[in-house]
Amino acid sequence: MTNSIHDIGESACILAIGTNTNEAHPVISLEVLRSLRQKGGKLIVVNPREIGLVRHATLWVRPRPGTDVPLLLGMAKVIVDDGLLDKTFISERCENFEEFETTLKDIDLPTVSEITGVPVDRMIEAARMYATSKPAAILYTMGITQHSHGTDNVMAIANLAMLTGNIGKPGSGVNPLRGQNNVQGACDMGGLPDVFSGYQQVGNEAARQKMEAAWGIQLNPVRGLTLTEIFDAAHRKDIKAIYLIGENPVLTDPDSNHVQQALEHLDFLVVQDIFLTETAKLADVVLPSTSSVERDGTFTNTERRVQRVRKAIEPIGDSRPDWLITCQIAQRMGGKGFDFSHPSEIMDEIARVTPSYGGISFARLEKIGLQWPCPTPEHPGTAILHTQVFTRGKGKFTPVLYRPPAEVPDKEYPLVLTTGRRLFQYHSGTMSRKVKGLNLIVKEGTVEINPVDAAALGIVHGDNVRVTSRRGEVTAKASVTEVSQRGVVFMDIHFAESAANVLTNAALDPVAKIPEFKVCAVKVEKNH
Amino acid sequence: MATDKINLTIDDTQVAGKVGMTVLEVARENGIYIPTLCYHRQLTPYGGCRMCIVEIEKMRGLPPSCTTPATEGMVVKTNTPQLQDFRRGVLEFILTEHPHVCLICDRRQRCKPFDICLRSASVTERCVLCPENGHCELQEVSDYVGIKEIKLPYTYKREEVYRNDPFFDRDYNLCILCGRCVRMCQEVRGAAAIAFIQRGSRTVVGTAFGHPLQESGCQFCGACVDACPVGALAERARKWAGEPDREVVTTCPYCGVGCQLKVELKGDRIIEVLPHEENETNRGQVCVKGRFGIQEFVYHQDRLKTPLIRRDGQFVEASWDEALDLIASRLGNYSKDEVAVIASAKCTNEDNYVAQKFGRAVLGTNNIDHCARL
Ligand code: SF4
Ligand code: SF4
Ligand code: SF4
Repeated sequence: MTNSIHDIGESACILAIGTNTNEAHPVISLEVLRSLRQKGGKLIVVNPREIGLVRHATLWVRPRPGTDVPLLLGMAKVIVDDGLLDKTFISERCENFEEFETTLKDIDLPTVSEITGVPVDRMIEAARMYATSKPAAILYTMGITQHSHGTDNVMAIANLAMLTGNIGKPGSGVNPLRGQNNVQGACDMGGLPDVFSGYQQVGNEAARQKMEAAWGIQLNPVRGLTLTEIFDAAHRKDIKAIYLIGENPVLTDPDSNHVQQALEHLDFLVVQDIFLTETAKLADVVLPSTSSVERDGTFTNTERRVQRVRKAIEPIGDSRPDWLITCQIAQRMGGKGFDFSHPSEIMDEIARVTPSYGGISFARLEKIGLQWPCPTPEHPGTAILHTQVFTRGKGKFTPVLYRPPAEVPDKEYPLVLTTGRRLFQYHSGTMSRKVKGLNLIVKEGTVEINPVDAAALGIVHGDNVRVTSRRGEVTAKASVTEVSQRGVVFMDIHFAESAANVLTNAALDPVAKIPEFKVCAVKVEKNH
Repeated sequence: MATDKINLTIDDTQVAGKVGMTVLEVARENGIYIPTLCYHRQLTPYGGCRMCIVEIEKMRGLPPSCTTPATEGMVVKTNTPQLQDFRRGVLEFILTEHPHVCLICDRRQRCKPFDICLRSASVTERCVLCPENGHCELQEVSDYVGIKEIKLPYTYKREEVYRNDPFFDRDYNLCILCGRCVRMCQEVRGAAAIAFIQRGSRTVVGTAFGHPLQESGCQFCGACVDACPVGALAERARKWAGEPDREVVTTCPYCGVGCQLKVELKGDRIIEVLPHEENETNRGQVCVKGRFGIQEFVYHQDRLKTPLIRRDGQFVEASWDEALDLIASRLGNYSKDEVAVIASAKCTNEDNYVAQKFGRAVLGTNNIDHCARL
């Protein structure tokens, strides 16, 4: 997020696009409500589904899944044509505006309306509302990134914010809401194929030399494989061994049959987790790790705030914290610099080698979390990014073009499937499905389908249905509801018995390599 | 230079506040107790319970301190006999519909749940059997106001006790109609699952048509439970767990918001998880997963407790040394292009840092990723 969670409540207008905030980030949605209640703010919800937030929305825009880019371009055109842009901000802080403006000339609102299914006047209203109520914040999540054109979506959003000068000020910003508890931290720490901690490129000579000096060993300058590429390589038996910590890709990755086969092809698989997950069942060695209440450490939340995780109870059974297990393996393999006696010492090393974490230490985190960049021990942390300049200097307008989703409905697979989370479950359910009360509320995955589509297929609420895509099939109960748009069905990702990711498409966004979870083509039939 | 600081006199003490604060807020911030029942820090002041009334020089009547803005030079009294009398009157009225035998019993502090009541009060009327005993705000207010006897008789309301919803029970026989739960649900959570309902001549709190919470849009965030000043709303799992003896503040493991949680412990056992208030992230709010979703998975019987090694297709239990030696020797056999490390968006920064360092410095590979993109 460029801004902070509490800052959202200060907005005069919130554009929530592709985020089911009240289910996936419940406490952030409270800030949205605070803006409405205390600041008289406006809320524009852009979502194909009638999510809970729609009830509070000033304006609900309901595009077809996968058509966010044309919608955002349409809105940008309205803003430019109506002269609602922030000329000072654009000339002082941005570049490449003219080129972007030229691409808008070709955009024709009725055509956009045809692609998106959003009436022209609704598009105009949304654009005007966003551009004229300041400060305005944009919130988005996987609804935006989980597409084969996810990077285009993000660019289109950034363009909109720069056009209106909604960057670097309280109550404004571009705010991707990160899903998992420490997905921000895992990236920050260099849990990625191309960067060390703090996004320092492995291919960059200076960065690599610095790390080589810190770790006392020569390092590989070639970027590695991404998760999806790793599984492909395992499938081909190019990758022979995987050391996997705390993830359950058999359930969470697209095209799970493929992932399962890939893991079966491995020569050696080590899985570290708190439960025997679907993935752990395929392992050669399973190591028991502790849950977060049994260990010390830090998580970095979606607003870049590094916060303490504190040990409240002793490890269950003979389990050990992940960092300790990894260090013990490393030391057995002759690794140097793995003799940490406490996570605070690891943080000290992180601070030494990671500029954005340079001022962070357990001592400072004792009272309150710190938001990076926090380069020095005196630095108070950074609540809002890009207040003076962008990270790269000037904000660059990037022209984007509409590309349809990689898989569109056809005769055989006439419906669009989109996927998402529910409030009462979490991710692959490893933890949340162990909680009785949560299972009482949402005990199984369902397929949400519009009444008109359901009637055409002879399906009634509660029927057992089979959902088939080019990659596999699953069965689940039908939930016939207006929440789903016509032509679109929705499934959540939490249940192994009806694993939506058997169906989803592994087509990747060319830049960010995020699979296209949000859109794939399926057919739905009543299961007899 | 303009300043927004204001000076007041409360109970003959000079205190300072800021423009925009109410008299109650200034008093609280300066450690001066004014009794309240319907007031809650996170809610818009309501002025309903009449407990927080004060006397203010040059102001008529007894204004409620929770809705009266503090101004420069104000002279406030919070506990004159007149105020206490008035409060006692209101409180006695509330107590005609709330069990109170224990409130006026001098043995209350010494009485344990399993002691036989010397005054033969019935089970439903005894504070020691209420889950909120000890932190009940009604007890606190009664003690402050000093209730010795109650002239009006107590009538049991005969309200239904709801024990079938997930996570918490609702016993509206204990409800004092302060409205905190209703306002919390509506104002802060935007759920409006519960409301004041008119039933005949009487007002009660409940769901529309008495439907179960699950069918009323409840998100089971527990905010109403935490806001309730009495024992009407209570988390089922912790009801009889006793008092915690320590508290650990930590970060919720369920989503990227990173809510700060207070883990309440008795010995080495987690008995309750509550939202932490003094932080910038969640400021006293959480969702169902953080509030009610932790203990059960932590203590679940299926937790992995020892390393497992696959032998002839079956998992067999192994010692750490065996497992780690095996891993070290096997991983050492592959070239850097044949191995990969998958780190985790669920684990800590320290775990992830060490994992990528291991991959890069020991295995020599950059084949390192996690499920960030998913
Ligand atoms: S648990 Fe939350 S949503 Fe449910 S009634 Fe209480 S405050 Fe409302
Ligand atoms: S249930 Fe509790 S919070 Fe709600 S009105 Fe009654 S006493 Fe107040
Ligand atoms: S309490 Fe709920 S909103 Fe807060 S971090 Fe946990 S899961 Fe997220």
